[in-house]
Amino acid sequence: MTALNIEKGSSKHSAYDLRDPNAAGDERHTLAVIVDNEAGVLARVIGLFSGRGYNIESLTVAEIDHEGHRSRITIVTTGTPAVIEQIKAQIGRIIPVHEVKDLTVNGPSVERELGLFKVAGTGEKRVEALRLADIFRANVVDSTLESFTFEITGTPEKIDAFAELMRPLGLKSVARTGVAALSRG
Amino acid sequence: MVVQALKDQGVDVVFGYPGGAVLPIYDEIFQQNDIRHILVRHEQGAVHAAEGYARSTGRPGVVLVTSGPGATNAVTGLTDALMDSIPLIVLTGQVPTFMIGTDAFQEADTVGITRPCTKHNWLVKSTEDLPHKLHQAFHVATTGRPGPVLIDIPKDVQFASGEYVPPRKAEKGDYAPRLKASKAEIEALAEMIEQAERPVFYTGGGVINSGPAASQLLRELVDATGIPITSTLMGLGAYPASGKNWIGMLGMHGLYEANMAMHDCDLMIAVGARFDDRITGRLDSFSPNSRKAHIDIDPSSINKVIHVDLPILGDVGHVLEDLLKVWKARGRKVQKGALKKWWQQIEEWRKRDCLAYRNSEKIIKPQYALQRLEALTRDRDRYITTEVGQHQMWAAQFMGFEAPNRFMTSGGLGTMGYGFPASIGVQIAHPDALVINVAGEASWLMNMQEMGTAAQYRLPVKQFILNNERLGMVRQWQQLLHGERYSHSWSESLPDFVKLAEAFGAKGIRCSDPADLDDAIMEMIAHDGPVVFDCLVEKHENCFPMIPSGAPHNEMLMGDASTEDAIGAKGAVLV
Repeated sequence: MTALNIEKGSSKHSAYDLRDPNAAGDERHTLAVIVDNEAGVLARVIGLFSGRGYNIESLTVAEIDHEGHRSRITIVTTGTPAVIEQIKAQIGRIIPVHEVKDLTVNGPSVERELGLFKVAGTGEKRVEALRLADIFRANVVDSTLESFTFEITGTPEKIDAFAELMRPLGLKSVARTGVAALSRG
Repeated sequence: MVVQALKDQGVDVVFGYPGGAVLPIYDEIFQQNDIRHILVRHEQGAVHAAEGYARSTGRPGVVLVTSGPGATNAVTGLTDALMDSIPLIVLTGQVPTFMIGTDAFQEADTVGITRPCTKHNWLVKSTEDLPHKLHQAFHVATTGRPGPVLIDIPKDVQFASGEYVPPRKAEKGDYAPRLKASKAEIEALAEMIEQAERPVFYTGGGVINSGPAASQLLRELVDATGIPITSTLMGLGAYPASGKNWIGMLGMHGLYEANMAMHDCDLMIAVGARFDDRITGRLDSFSPNSRKAHIDIDPSSINKVIHVDLPILGDVGHVLEDLLKVWKARGRKVQKGALKKWWQQIEEWRKRDCLAYRNSEKIIKPQYALQRLEALTRDRDRYITTEVGQHQMWAAQFMGFEAPNRFMTSGGLGTMGYGFPASIGVQIAHPDALVINVAGEASWLMNMQEMGTAAQYRLPVKQFILNNERLGMVRQWQQLLHGERYSHSWSESLPDFVKLAEAFGAKGIRCSDPADLDDAIMEMIAHDGPVVFDCLVEKHENCFPMIPSGAPHNEMLMGDASTEDAIGAKGAVLV
């Protein structure tokens, strides 16, 4: 066969190749979407997810090129491989979308998230919270006699772990930014 | 500025309805003669009329409506156009920018409401952006997979004067879908054609949207290869119904031979079609032994429901042109012997005569009515629109379409009330053509207010209503699926359609005797003005053949088959 190397009969059972959304396992993908920073563009992307029943695990958005009016939306989503392909194709056809990058597929990438944690406590708990924060390289960005606010940056897993440890030590409130990601190299 | 932009984009007709928030634009329209404004009677009618205009000409249809209810009434038409990939420019008025968000009179979040039912939309808040967005709207609506584009223009922006920018100087944006496929993909498809023993072309509305050249190339390719061709509802006319390789429409109410060919083929070449659920039937039994190639301009259509072996992203016209060239250059090879056997098999299937029905001398069968309509209009420059339901499927089965852009029907959304306003749009675009809306009485009533439009502009549209006093398709499903409990599927308190026509100054014709039918149809055609033809037909006729939901292509119900318990519980939810 020619360049595409399609073997004769390769899809003899192509109707059974159908990736049934309920049968195949879900995968977690991080997508970076470069868009024109025009009114309503975020609503278009989010509306697509709710309208077609896709999942959003986390979403961050900010302008990355002020001159060119470009923003970068980082979306963490889950779905079967077929659903992920469909999500990328559907986002790709939104008119102000320039590029959809699947960071999970395009080789290694770095993912970072920032979290703010307010932990209230006194005595031993307060000391323990500070000690653990040090281990996690979290910074104290605000403190009172009864509380600390920590700033921590890392992978979502690292921030999850930090949250788990802070919970028994008087965790009052949490703010997280969602994932920002770039491919390596 | 708006009117100037429309002129520069070659617009000659606008379908619309005025209101407070578009008065400045209407004032401009009043003071010029280049653009004709067609006053409809409801904004939904304006959008469907623009769809009819667009589908019968290949040019974008233009709609102008006011804010609030004007915009919300347009939503059904927008969704219809999005589903069927029809290029439209819809201009809506909006309350002044400083009043947006205050729940002002006739304010609605138009861009919010229409975001999921347009290809793209903009709220234009400054006059200097307006010309750019207007021109960009035409670019987006007509490039790639076509679709409706809406521009919401606040009243203060309409009033303000700004610097106009002609189309060639306007910012186009970066929207540029891929049109041409790679050489390797074309070669691969050519090789698949050379090797296939039981190939079939499965073509759709994308061929028609790609333009007349695509239909021409398709005909050339099909005739040169001798491969049988079937089409979706949306693609009828791209290949002529009288063509030697035509095996009829496929799908839920498609022809037996077409569906069997899809099921048993070893190569399926999908061209501008999207594997809709009305086409595929049961997915895990869909054409189980074939390799599949899919040519489509929209990446999200490929591998959406059916996994294909060879996806080809590109415009149908460009791809077919390259394919024809490559296939010829490689020596015009097909498996002649196998193809001959394949055709013999198709002829066997054709002998089932799946459209057969029991005719009657006493009562007009809807199939017979359409056969006569077909026979008596076949040789004319004829455009057909339909509403949605049994009559739509019978029209697709019993009428032959020889050219693209001649059959306007709501395929994806299935909008009852589409056909009448669409026929108005078609007639506006083709003043001298014979335009017939094949309708059911229930669908027709949904937008019957457009009688006023037809009468005002003396449009000789023919409303051919197959009146069975039922929501026929709903009734059919209830018979097959819901234990013959006919819940609200009859048309109670119907008007006298003849008197109704006369009330609008149009002609009404009623026919109930098969013996009178031909004369009545000729009378309808001969009348130079709008006609409402009330064709009283058999009330309980079912539309066959039929693939029950949840069944594969090779398990079709035929007209004489027992229809009891035909659909399993699992299929019932798929209706």
